[in-house]
Amino acid sequence: MSVTDVDTVEAKTATDVRRVKKGEFRSARGLLAPAVIFLILLTQIPFLVTIGFSMIKWNLLYPKDRGFTGVDNYVTALSSGALWPSIVATVLITAFSVIMSLLFGLLFALLLDRQFPGRAVARTLMITPFLVMPAAAALIWKYSMFDTNIGILNWVSRSLHLPVVSWSTEHPLLAVVIVLTWQFTPFMMLILLAGLQGQDKGILEAAQVDGAGTWRTFTWITLPHLRMYVEIGVLLGAVIIIQVFDPVAILTKGTGGTKTLAYLLYERAFIGLDVGEAAAYGVVTVVLTIIVATVALRTLFKVFMAGGSR
Amino acid sequence: MLARKRTLTFGAGALASALTLAACSSGAVSSDSGSAGGGTPVTLNLATVNNGQMKDMEKLKGEYEKSHPGVTVNFQVMEEGDLRAAVTADVASGAGQYDIVTIGAYETPQWGANGWLVDLTEPLKSDASYDVNDILPPVRVAISNDGKQYAVPFYGESSILMYNKEILDKAGVTLSADPTWQEVADAAKKVKTADTAGICMRGKPGWGDLFAPLTTVVQTFGGNWYDQQWNATVNTPEWKQAVTFYKTMLDQSGEKDPVSYSFNECLTALKENKAAMWADASVAASLLEADDSPVKGKMGYAHMPVVKTKESGWLWSWNLAVPATTKKKDAAIDFVKWATSKDYIKLVGQKIGWSNVPPGSRTSTYEIPEYKKAAAAYAPITLDVMSSVKPEQPGVSPQPWVGIQYVSIPEFQDVGNQCAQLIADYIANRSTVDDALSKCQAIAQKAGDAHKK
Repeated sequence: MSVTDVDTVEAKTATDVRRVKKGEFRSARGLLAPAVIFLILLTQIPFLVTIGFSMIKWNLLYPKDRGFTGVDNYVTALSSGALWPSIVATVLITAFSVIMSLLFGLLFALLLDRQFPGRAVARTLMITPFLVMPAAAALIWKYSMFDTNIGILNWVSRSLHLPVVSWSTEHPLLAVVIVLTWQFTPFMMLILLAGLQGQDKGILEAAQVDGAGTWRTFTWITLPHLRMYVEIGVLLGAVIIIQVFDPVAILTKGTGGTKTLAYLLYERAFIGLDVGEAAAYGVVTVVLTIIVATVALRTLFKVFMAGGSR
Repeated sequence: MLARKRTLTFGAGALASALTLAACSSGAVSSDSGSAGGGTPVTLNLATVNNGQMKDMEKLKGEYEKSHPGVTVNFQVMEEGDLRAAVTADVASGAGQYDIVTIGAYETPQWGANGWLVDLTEPLKSDASYDVNDILPPVRVAISNDGKQYAVPFYGESSILMYNKEILDKAGVTLSADPTWQEVADAAKKVKTADTAGICMRGKPGWGDLFAPLTTVVQTFGGNWYDQQWNATVNTPEWKQAVTFYKTMLDQSGEKDPVSYSFNECLTALKENKAAMWADASVAASLLEADDSPVKGKMGYAHMPVVKTKESGWLWSWNLAVPATTKKKDAAIDFVKWATSKDYIKLVGQKIGWSNVPPGSRTSTYEIPEYKKAAAAYAPITLDVMSSVKPEQPGVSPQPWVGIQYVSIPEFQDVGNQCAQLIADYIANRSTVDDALSKCQAIAQKAGDAHKK
């Protein structure tokens, strides 16, 4: 097969709309059935059970007092006043962490896009925070960075004769965001670096020939090119960070406006030991997440659609 | 085409292996029932918490297995929080995974009332050599319900005031053996320096963290969680006084960032000379006097500070109990008796070390000469406090439950946890005391309503 052959084949599949016969469809579906059924069993049954639990009164500590309550648990969940602050906390933490890690990710991606000796080592080191387990990352920050006695940050402020700051107490939201930013900057950096390296060198050279400076080249050529990668990074990052649990549990215990939905749910289930109420919170959380995810996925599909708005 | 075929086979393979796994996991139920001494092999599953004394028990279980051929004891050691969740779920659902469980003083009377635990009153009484009356009376009261004893204390603790004599001497401060809170707060102010806190107190949100000492402070200030009729009494002047006092003391002379301090953090601060005083669990004394502790021999001990009551020490014990779902009741009771006997305490002393002996469970422990010598600094005061606290009425007025730094109702861990977060917000200057207490009052009242007669 020569190069031209491949080109024509590609052109064909891209332009011709393939008509699939109904029979072919059916057999394809039949072959997929085991996997699909398995997937449904694995994902949907636990959710249905959760919905079932959310309709019953069941506190683990009152074994004899179990029964159907209908929507009581939902009324409790929505009227307890814990849900709204929790949604606010989740949104704030997610938004700030995504934006911060995106900015830092872009900065480091631009630096790593250049040729310099030891670039591979630098790249590996930059990725490390993303490979550290979330709980371990939160512990590292809690003790060796934020701590008032042994933390590096306070050692620095002591040496500069600045006041000692107890980060996770005085700035709980910021502390959680800092940890998450540190963790997710490499993730954003990798996506953006892939984007940068996918730039057409020819266009960049043309810009140089036309006398565009570095800044103009960056704002007029590189940034529009990166738009798609930024969108993917933001979407994936938001979907992961919205479930944040570890830094909240380890740094702040949900105090100071950092009680995210995941942590609230954990408290109801494992400290309140109230299966019904926790299940109701879980269902509410799922509904909210589905709304966010639908909007997000729509946008994601737009990104992948050839000949979309780009 | 080739790629498509590969995914298909991979999918089928994954499905097949998943089904095999499911088939395997559902058939591994052991069904050995029997009693000790019958010579039939018996396996006992014991769930416990990862504290030093429990790990010592695991080290010594071989001694029991040697003298009881055919019996094996499997230890499952977990974190306190995990143990609570695992054992609660197991016992509440009647799964019967464990034959012996380790439970705190808080759960014991409730679980006994639920019928989840085997009543041990008769088996313990009928064995004269076990000498059940040797167990410290307040501990026994705290883990009984309607006169029935559902568990046996493995070790118990109260709370005491610990202070670094060197630092206090340097500042020219002396403390009485029964100090008042005001006296302690004034002393803390005097000994405080730029890099040494006057006193270290817990502030970490959690019902077992912040509220263990804070509830005892509230009670000695004359407040409590509930009155006789289960009306919450959190928004009272006494609570406000106590909580404001606690915060003011921390602000003036406490450690920096108290909201991230609990038992272990304060222990570290004391060992590193970062704090001069500490009011906390009596078990801490044996850690401060351990061979590797830099402050060994420099510490002084006093009763927990008071305001309106005579004593304000708390009472906590980790106990061994037998769930009602066990199929090996007799063998389980036999092991529980062995692990809480006088002989076991001597065994720990001889095999592991006299300072590692489980404290606060038996009066006779404090009469062993070797232990008296090893724990001279803190044993007398521990025994004194533990014998004089009153779990039926630790505060100024009577209360409808038995227990000191907790309320023996199932909702308390939830109530205490939420309120601890509110008070931690106040300690960290994120809210006002009135705001925190009125919110906490509403949470506590909701739980109290469920117990009104």
